[in-house]
Amino acid sequence: MTDTALEVSNVYKVFGKKPRDVVKRLKAGAARNDLTALGTAAVIDASFEVKKGEIFVVMGLSGSGKSTLIRMLNGLWEPTAGTVTISGSAISGIPAKALRDVRRKKISMVFQHFALLPHRTVLDNAAYGLEVQGVPLAERRERAQNIVNRVGLSGWEEKMPSELSGGMQQRVGLARALASDTDILLMDEAFSALDPLIRREMQEQLVDLQHELGKTIIFITHDLNEAMFLGDRIAVMRDGRIVQVGTPDEILTDPANDYVAQFVQDVDRARVLTAAGVMEPARSVVSGSAGPRAALRTMRDTQASSAFVVGNGRKLLGVVHDVDVLKQVKAGNPDLMAVVRNDPATVGPEQYLVDLFEPAAESHLPVAVVDDKGRLLGAIPRVTLLAALANVPTTTGENHIIESTATVAVEVITQTLRETAGLTDEVEMTRPAYADDVETAKEGSFN
Amino acid sequence: MDIRIPLGTWVEDFVDWLTGWAQPFFDVLRSIFLGAYDLVNLVFQSPPFWVIILVVAALAFLAKGWKLAVGVILGFTLILVVNQWENAMDTLSLVLVASLIAVIISVPLGILAAGSDTASRILKPILDFLQTMPALVYLIPALILFRVGVVPGIVATIVFAMAPGVRLTELGIRGVDKEVVEAGHAFGSSPFRILRQIQLPLALPSIMAGVNQVIMLSLSMVVIAGMVGAGGLGGEVVASLNRLDIGLGFEAGLSVVILAIVLDRLTASLGVRRKRTRKTDAAAPAADETSVSQKDEQLVAASA
Repeated sequence: MTDTALEVSNVYKVFGKKPRDVVKRLKAGAARNDLTALGTAAVIDASFEVKKGEIFVVMGLSGSGKSTLIRMLNGLWEPTAGTVTISGSAISGIPAKALRDVRRKKISMVFQHFALLPHRTVLDNAAYGLEVQGVPLAERRERAQNIVNRVGLSGWEEKMPSELSGGMQQRVGLARALASDTDILLMDEAFSALDPLIRREMQEQLVDLQHELGKTIIFITHDLNEAMFLGDRIAVMRDGRIVQVGTPDEILTDPANDYVAQFVQDVDRARVLTAAGVMEPARSVVSGSAGPRAALRTMRDTQASSAFVVGNGRKLLGVVHDVDVLKQVKAGNPDLMAVVRNDPATVGPEQYLVDLFEPAAESHLPVAVVDDKGRLLGAIPRVTLLAALANVPTTTGENHIIESTATVAVEVITQTLRETAGLTDEVEMTRPAYADDVETAKEGSFN
Repeated sequence: MDIRIPLGTWVEDFVDWLTGWAQPFFDVLRSIFLGAYDLVNLVFQSPPFWVIILVVAALAFLAKGWKLAVGVILGFTLILVVNQWENAMDTLSLVLVASLIAVIISVPLGILAAGSDTASRILKPILDFLQTMPALVYLIPALILFRVGVVPGIVATIVFAMAPGVRLTELGIRGVDKEVVEAGHAFGSSPFRILRQIQLPLALPSIMAGVNQVIMLSLSMVVIAGMVGAGGLGGEVVASLNRLDIGLGFEAGLSVVILAIVLDRLTASLGVRRKRTRKTDAAAPAADETSVSQKDEQLVAASA
């Protein structure tokens, strides 16, 4: 419970003449559209928890009630029913003075159209929250200056907001919210008024800042790509109701209903799905100590032209190609490491698919997914990459066309293995090692 | 059709009752207004004319530039040579006192109306009433309550000129970007702080337009106030009307026009001009400060 920054339980907001009446009827099961004569239900029965330090995105089209929802989180609107709790204490129904105190110390806000004070300089705007908190002039200017530098506006402190571009103005808005040093940041369509390029830049900067400062951010947007990019978790809103709360992956791969499914079909999946999310267990894997015959056998069994070579703890050492291994076996050379090429394309598990196209295009091998210690977690063949983008399941049944096909015919390999059977005796010995590797690879892919 | 509501009689009774009951209050009010008028009038009447002309011309130069300053000198000289100087100064004093009091009353009323829909709904018909009632009508009760002289003129002028001040203040504050006000709330500002730091500064151009309108209406009312012995240019106009003196009427009327134009140009530039000067002021030290902070950074870098 202690890691909950903000909790919303069964919150309703109805505008109109008889709001309480509308809530009662909604609870009794009436439809929203039947009650328009009594009042407009902007938010209906919203419940969710936001954990400390996460970016929680509320996504919905205009009119879905998301802006009303966010304004209830800091008490700009009073909920008609239900409670909003910030770090354990309710903010609904408390005196105006206590509410102002919560806003000063616990929760700040960034606005869609920046909402800067046009008659004040950038620095004074950034220091506004501190000024309201009663921080002395010199200290608040210093603290605001630090944040202004942090958001990349050094040298612009004494400019008026009207002299700044939209992106820069929103940086001031962000600086103002960050400077007041609250744990929670509300962002109401904060980047929607910006150009696409600037928007992307600001999104990246926000993620950086969040990692650095560990703020809890509640972000409102109508842009699904933005939601997917920023959100640790996303709440999808429609007609005042929250229809699904989940991670971007969950929303994308397991939409709660047709509305969400339709919504996410246009999303740029390459920027949402991660390497770890789509990778396959690496099948063609041999241990570096296993020798060329085992490698050849593995490649024959998986019908692959190459195999990943791993060392202790599945550390990826490189790849071997069937032609090279075949030569080695024919020559009777037991050292597999001699033909290992250490040029496999590797990516981290957290990398987005959009970063995988280049390595996948440049290498005819599946792209290897390795963790920060260099251990092989799985592989992503091109087919898997394409299938993930098209939202087609890849792991169906027997027919894995996931490795590049063998360049040497199976018969040739089998014959070579038979001919050279007497030269070395590590054939039977390496079999368990190979089976073991496959098991670990499978486990790795599920993590 | 014998049904006649004696509305007029009721109002008459009410004013009579008010006179009997609250005469001491109106006497106090009268001495306050009279004192204020005498003070301002002293300021305009005691220095020689050329001091006044130069001071107003200097103000005009600061507010708008040399063109208006030249206009002031020419216009005021014209008033002087048609022998209306003293009357013009009387009128100017009356206008300034009445406008000042009207602004003091109307701006807070406008703030109130902007903050509360109920207040706005109540004020609106009252303002309509004040603004459209023939101006002469105010003179009658004012005359009874404050006796002949300059004070009923001031009071009638205040009542007549107040409305645009209230309306434009309300309009200006309601027109302030809602999101900016919301931002004030979101950072925990009190309503008073939001009023002082956000609403009033952003509504200032509109409020200044209201002040300008108040002054203009005051000036037009001042002539009518001449009928109750408020003196000044209004007195001259009324006198010329009684004597059918075309020459005097034109001279006094022209003086009113000159005063009106000068006051209008001066006050109209207040709201706009202030912004511009602040901007250039802010830009100059900005350059200095950045260079200072850069030097600081260099120092820090050097010491590190």
